[in-house]
Amino acid sequence: MENIILRIKRGDPSHWEYKDYEIPIEKDTTVLDGLFYVRDNIDHSLSFRASCRMEVCGSCAMMVNNFPRTTCSTLFSKIEPAKIENGKKVFIIEPLQGAAFKWIRDLVVDFDEFFKKHESVKPYLIRKDNPEGQLLQSPKELKKYYILTLCIKCGACTAACPISNSDPNYLGPAALTAAYRFNADSRDQGKNLRLAIVSDPEGCWRCHFSSECSNACPKEIDPATAIQKLKVQSAAYELKKIFHIKGGE
Amino acid sequence: MNVHKADLIILGAGLAGLRAAISAKETDKNLTIAVVSKLYFLRSHSVSAEGGTAAVLYEGDSYDLHAYDTIKGSDYLADQDAVERFVRTMPNEILYLDHWGMPWSRREDGKIAQRPFGGHSFPRATYAADRTGFHAMHTLYERLLTYDGVEKFQEYFATSIIIDNGRFNALTAINMKTGEYEIFQGKGLLIATGGLGRLYPFTTYSHTVTGDGAAMALRAGMPLEDMEFVQFHPTGLVPSGILITEGARGEGGYLINKDGERFMQRYAPQKMELAPRDVVSRSIMWEIQAGRGFEGPWGPYVLLDLRHLGDEKIKERLPAIRDLAIKFNGIDPAKEPIPVRPAAHYTMGGIQVDIDGMSPIPGIFAAGEAACVSIHGANRLGSNSTAECLAYGDITGVSAAKYVQKVSNIPELNMQKVKEEENRIFKEPFKERGSESVASLRKELQNTMQEKVGIFRNEKDLTDALQKVKELQKRFENVYVEDKNMFYNMNLITYLELSNLLEVAEVVILGAIARKESRGAHYRTDYPKRDDVNWMKHTIAIKRDGKIELSYIPVRVTKWQPEERKY
Repeated sequence: MENIILRIKRGDPSHWEYKDYEIPIEKDTTVLDGLFYVRDNIDHSLSFRASCRMEVCGSCAMMVNNFPRTTCSTLFSKIEPAKIENGKKVFIIEPLQGAAFKWIRDLVVDFDEFFKKHESVKPYLIRKDNPEGQLLQSPKELKKYYILTLCIKCGACTAACPISNSDPNYLGPAALTAAYRFNADSRDQGKNLRLAIVSDPEGCWRCHFSSECSNACPKEIDPATAIQKLKVQSAAYELKKIFHIKGGE
Repeated sequence: MNVHKADLIILGAGLAGLRAAISAKETDKNLTIAVVSKLYFLRSHSVSAEGGTAAVLYEGDSYDLHAYDTIKGSDYLADQDAVERFVRTMPNEILYLDHWGMPWSRREDGKIAQRPFGGHSFPRATYAADRTGFHAMHTLYERLLTYDGVEKFQEYFATSIIIDNGRFNALTAINMKTGEYEIFQGKGLLIATGGLGRLYPFTTYSHTVTGDGAAMALRAGMPLEDMEFVQFHPTGLVPSGILITEGARGEGGYLINKDGERFMQRYAPQKMELAPRDVVSRSIMWEIQAGRGFEGPWGPYVLLDLRHLGDEKIKERLPAIRDLAIKFNGIDPAKEPIPVRPAAHYTMGGIQVDIDGMSPIPGIFAAGEAACVSIHGANRLGSNSTAECLAYGDITGVSAAKYVQKVSNIPELNMQKVKEEENRIFKEPFKERGSESVASLRKELQNTMQEKVGIFRNEKDLTDALQKVKELQKRFENVYVEDKNMFYNMNLITYLELSNLLEVAEVVILGAIARKESRGAHYRTDYPKRDDVNWMKHTIAIKRDGKIELSYIPVRVTKWQPEERKY
């Protein structure tokens, strides 16, 4: 057991400051445990989101030492402190950063825009027919897109992305990955509908492949690679549009 | 004060709420729906469901077999007509999800895969790796995006159900982001708020599962059914309580005591590790009581051994729990067994509803874990909860849609009750009084429930627990909300959640004191036998003038007479 300092950004856009809280940790204490410790024992007014605490609901992503992490699955013992002051490790906790997230208060940001962008790429299976029974899919076909279904919509990728940070209109890695997830699903028949959306200048072509999203993703989904594959699909789609070639499903 | 109007209000956006919304829209495209949740929908606790969803899909299985397994698993407290309807509804639910994009795990022939699960005599747990609830949630959320006329109210904390002239009038809520008081009016309300698991400290439940729906229903004078039945899942990861799916045993995992023995042979020689959860959880506790458990800094535990499954199978079938064990415990299940102990996991009881999902109050419906149909009776089988959310989300969504179609207009808002509630949630909590905190009271409540209203119960412990909860309810009057900033005020929200927990705790305990028998998850060491003559009946709890009254209604039996439960 040791004592550490949590330096937390407190307040709302009208008034804010950093406050220090000294908390005890063990080797398996998570950053989220630390935040609960502060709220339960030191300052009841600390606001943050948390639900499943098993890295599946996506509620608790925050900036931890300036890097976006799901705090429930981040152990203090596994990350470096931001600095050491008076012999104590200091960890800096801030709300998710970037143009995509409007700050509400303390560690809480607004996810409305994030989800609107997700919704805009038609992230659902589209069928033109309506067959009876199971839509067959081989394990190999499933494997082609399965990893991309693991996105928990935590926003870590978006907070890490340099484009999303500065451009509020960029669709962002989470939405683009969702588009590719369905485009890569053998059961889907709506690829062109999505490509029409993501081929926009604020879509996949805005990505310059810095791969910061993939570094930040707690589920190791690799959104950056998904976006590059989407670019390939988008290029083919644009070419076909120019030459008026039909199909491509 | 913002007032939102829609034909149908759906409270809660987990599996049951989302499924109901889709089904209501499929019933009537012109219906307007407001879906209200204290969470962004995808944060709902349903995402934590792992192992599978029970459905009859293939030859060798049958509706009767699924129904019989469910009824036997329920220790003959399930209503059999509802169970029969449930099992018949399920196969199509699996297909709908397939057509909506669910990444079901597949057999080599491309068909949807199934695996064995506890208490089921056929491998009918339909799965998507060990993330079934997560994928089903995302699939339903995505599907819901395709309908017009569905408005999403995310991060709205509902505080009360207003009933006027014997029918649904309005729902009051706090817009969490702004702290404003907002009202939802509609022709009908469908409650899908989940269970009450955060009554217990060691639990698989999300932090946000605080019995809100049940407490609001109780305050509104609605009946709750069978609340004394709380399921403990045999394999909560120690120390976090994170769920380790029953699918781990479905795929062949062993439970091992300190002597390296597969101890389930003592308690369920045929089904072994795949006996129903009440049986396995008690067995683990008996092993621990007999001194055959392991002792650790975080309390006693037994081991879940998956090593013999091999790295490849674990990675393919159980990737999420592998990842969780590595991330949270530093244990690779292919190399080392996992420390586990029973954890509070599921609420069999809930808001009393009929076989169509309607409560006794016209216009108010409930579905999923928040409801008690009753399909699960005294003990739910694994993979039947996500299944119930789908089947009864669907059935109840249709019922609610058909109900509101027949209602000509939204009733006039009962302003008096709206004002009373405003006072309760915005004035009372902020009056400075004692020095008690939400966190310390919640901890005392949770520890009381764990120690005295857990897997083994008896008259003295339960009576003590009741006294303690009454004391805590009294002391709650000394708690106040120090935080005056109304933006996303979690001090206020957790205060209101605690008031809900304190209310439902009393109902759980009163039901448990009254039920002098052992059935399913309710095990009384002072009455260790099931008593079908006196107790094959459902508990109904209603709050009248601040006092909870219990009464009983019979179990509906179709063709399965009670028999001794052996596994």
